[in-house]
Amino acid sequence: MKRRLLLAGSAALLAIRPAQATPVQVAALIRDLVGGAPLTQGNMKLDLPVMVENGNTVSVTVSVDAQPGAVHSLHLFAEGNPLPEVMHFSFGPRAGLPRVQTRIRLATSQTVIAIAQMRDGTFRQDSVDLLVTLAACID
Amino acid sequence: MVRVLLNAPKQVPKGQPFNVKLLISHPMESGQRRDAMGMAIPRHIINQIVCKLDEEEVFRMNLFPAIAANPFLVFSATAEQSGTLTITFTDDNGVEQTETTPVEVV
Repeated sequence: MKRRLLLAGSAALLAIRPAQATPVQVAALIRDLVGGAPLTQGNMKLDLPVMVENGNTVSVTVSVDAQPGAVHSLHLFAEGNPLPEVMHFSFGPRAGLPRVQTRIRLATSQTVIAIAQMRDGTFRQDSVDLLVTLAACID
Repeated sequence: MVRVLLNAPKQVPKGQPFNVKLLISHPMESGQRRDAMGMAIPRHIINQIVCKLDEEEVFRMNLFPAIAANPFLVFSATAEQSGTLTITFTDDNGVEQTETTPVEVV
């Protein structure tokens, strides 16, 4: 019943915060982002370790095989975190290579998904399944 | 004011991509944790970073609690002429801070 309430609407989502996001929530976020545009696997790389010792700081690199200027934005989602959104990153006119490196938190073993929005309106996706030994967000 | 390291090459070739590193000293309190009394610790994160080269935007980033403490970022930029690289970031309290570094095109 609780799960149905959570799925019922965003108001319910805010009222009762789940311990973890679900793949369903992430799929909904991606659907909102992509709309009806074509979404293909590959031609981009989400670089994350498959075995993560410490979920408090995990180095992640997202890169797209494309010319500078061909990528509009990058989006990162973590299915097993309490809040599934990790970052939204949009490139401006002075951006160089479509490549970004940062450090993120991972609450548990899960799938991390990266989406690249291209200037031509298409989308690319890459994901990594990983194991987290020491979880973030506990204390 | 928080401590910021913004590291760009002193000289860059015209039109060639160059890497810039950014490290901000910030706890990025996620809002998910509780203190010893069981009270929720309020969220306090940097939620937006905007980078410009003179007046033109390099990138704009929205951050969420899943970004690790002391946000670290490596990104790429290109310059057609010498200018100033500016990083502006905003935290949950609405505090805005700006860091700059000169970039010389050779």
